[in-house]
Amino acid sequence: MNRRNFIKNSMLFAGSLVAAPSLIVSNKAYAAWPKKSFDIKDLTESVSSVYGHSNLEESSKVKLKAPEIAENGAIVPINVSTTLDNVDSIMIFVENNPQPLSSGYKLTALSEPSIGTRLKMGKTSNVMAAVKSGDKVYTSTQEVKVTIGGCGG
Amino acid sequence: MSTIKMRSKESNGVVTVKALIKHPMETGQRKDKKTGELIPAHYIQEVHSKANGKDVITIYWGPAVSKNPYLTFKYKGNKGDNLEISWVDNQGNRDSKTGTVK
Repeated sequence: MNRRNFIKNSMLFAGSLVAAPSLIVSNKAYAAWPKKSFDIKDLTESVSSVYGHSNLEESSKVKLKAPEIAENGAIVPINVSTTLDNVDSIMIFVENNPQPLSSGYKLTALSEPSIGTRLKMGKTSNVMAAVKSGDKVYTSTQEVKVTIGGCGG
Repeated sequence: MSTIKMRSKESNGVVTVKALIKHPMETGQRKDKKTGELIPAHYIQEVHSKANGKDVITIYWGPAVSKNPYLTFKYKGNKGDNLEISWVDNQGNRDSKTGTVK
């Protein structure tokens, strides 16, 4: 994700405040957070909103480490690393979650392209790690089976 | 007490950072079992890390990140680096912690 997209998204967010007052939360100061991309409920739309296109290329250079079966959908450990050069960002999408975009990692010249976190998954789904290098987006996808969903309550 | 627990270790010029943040990470989709009302969304949106004042990584989280989130990342650095991690949630709360790389 580039800075331009972030600015564009945050401007759209500012506009949506007028249209949907119920969504107002006190996060004006952190306009960089791409609210629009996080709100989208469809994977393809989510991908285009992040990158401005949906041309993804499956690559073995993107390493996605996720469990095949997650007993507890509330804590699914996910690790993403890559041997690609000039990595701009890493994004993790969970196709069947209410909003597929789970998290984004914007790297700098200092960072190494290797991140890990724990996600909530409502049900069995494909998890896609997307790595932006140069103008291209490389992905790796794996299915994670969830026995107990993480969004109950 | 800080909400952030952080560990960092240098090996061959690469620092591995591991952090645990204490936060409910409410999605806004769960209902209170007693009242049946929706629990308002409350989750960390942005995590930022700096080493010796230079940006290392900026992280954007949505509500799908687990409660009491765990985070790991790596950067090119050295022993003794002054490492800072800070977060901001959707309700405007924030916290930060500084440590020294071992």
